Amino acid sequence: MNPDLTEREFAPTPAYLVGREKVREFARAVLATSPLHHDPAAAQAAGYADVVAPPTFPIVIAEATLQQLLAEPDAGIDFSRVVHGDQRFTYTRPIVAGDELTATLRVTSIKTLGGNSMVASESTMVDAAGAHVVTSVSTLVVRGDDS
Amino acid sequence: MSLAENLGLEVGQVVAEQTFNLSRDTLVRYAGASGDFNPIHYRDDVAAQVGLPGVLAHGMLTMGVAVQPVVDWLDGRGWVSDYQVRFTRPVVVDPQAGAEVTVTATVGVIDDAGARIDLTAVYEGQTVLGKAQVRISAH
Repeated sequence: MNPDLTEREFAPTPAYLVGREKVREFARAVLATSPLHHDPAAAQAAGYADVVAPPTFPIVIAEATLQQLLAEPDAGIDFSRVVHGDQRFTYTRPIVAGDELTATLRVTSIKTLGGNSMVASESTMVDAAGAHVVTSVSTLVVRGDDS
Repeated sequence: MSLAENLGLEVGQVVAEQTFNLSRDTLVRYAGASGDFNPIHYRDDVAAQVGLPGVLAHGMLTMGVAVQPVVDWLDGRGWVSDYQVRFTRPVVVDPQAGAEVTVTATVGVIDDAGARIDLTAVYEGQTVLGKAQVRISAH
């Protein structure tokens, strides 16, 4: 694990268009049955433009930023040794189908503890107008050879 | 009227409880939907090679499932504006029996912004999420 990654900010990801079927697919995958995720009429009755993404949906977009991190030639991260330490999503507004979101990743700290490395990062996601929608904050633990 | 008054909330009140069965099928479906194809979530041989007790549920699957009882209970009367967890214990998914995870949602804090709902997620008698907190806000 390369400590020089700290404070590295990555280029914004290409815009991710949140599709209605993707919201439904993700909702099914997290066993989410609320009509707000599946039925545009129910979502509209609740005041949304289209189906509402489940609270952890931004991880789909954060995945693109994770690939940026893993692809860094000097990162030295073995993906099969990566486990998720913690995760947080802080929203300004819910994500709905039709949103076009762009994520910018920043590595905030790297710590080593007992042979494991802890990589803390945040992805800030903004809509097509540049307005903040959600920030995803996470810690990944890269397990050492002996753990 | 505040969101907490609207919903008739009291600190300590259990607002939802639900048990989910996570199977290997659930893991494969989540891998496809999320794009997280780390093989520790579907290959026993890779899980064993890296010293894990078995194929594990994606932490993000457990996190995603655990908040659903809150979303269902809210039913559009408010929204989840912040959600955080720590992944404290792995959920090992047996190829035949799967893994049963029971989620309990309790009102932790009531304030001007809305309320904080605290989640417990229990697998085989032990909690698998720490500091699992859901902020709910009015629209």
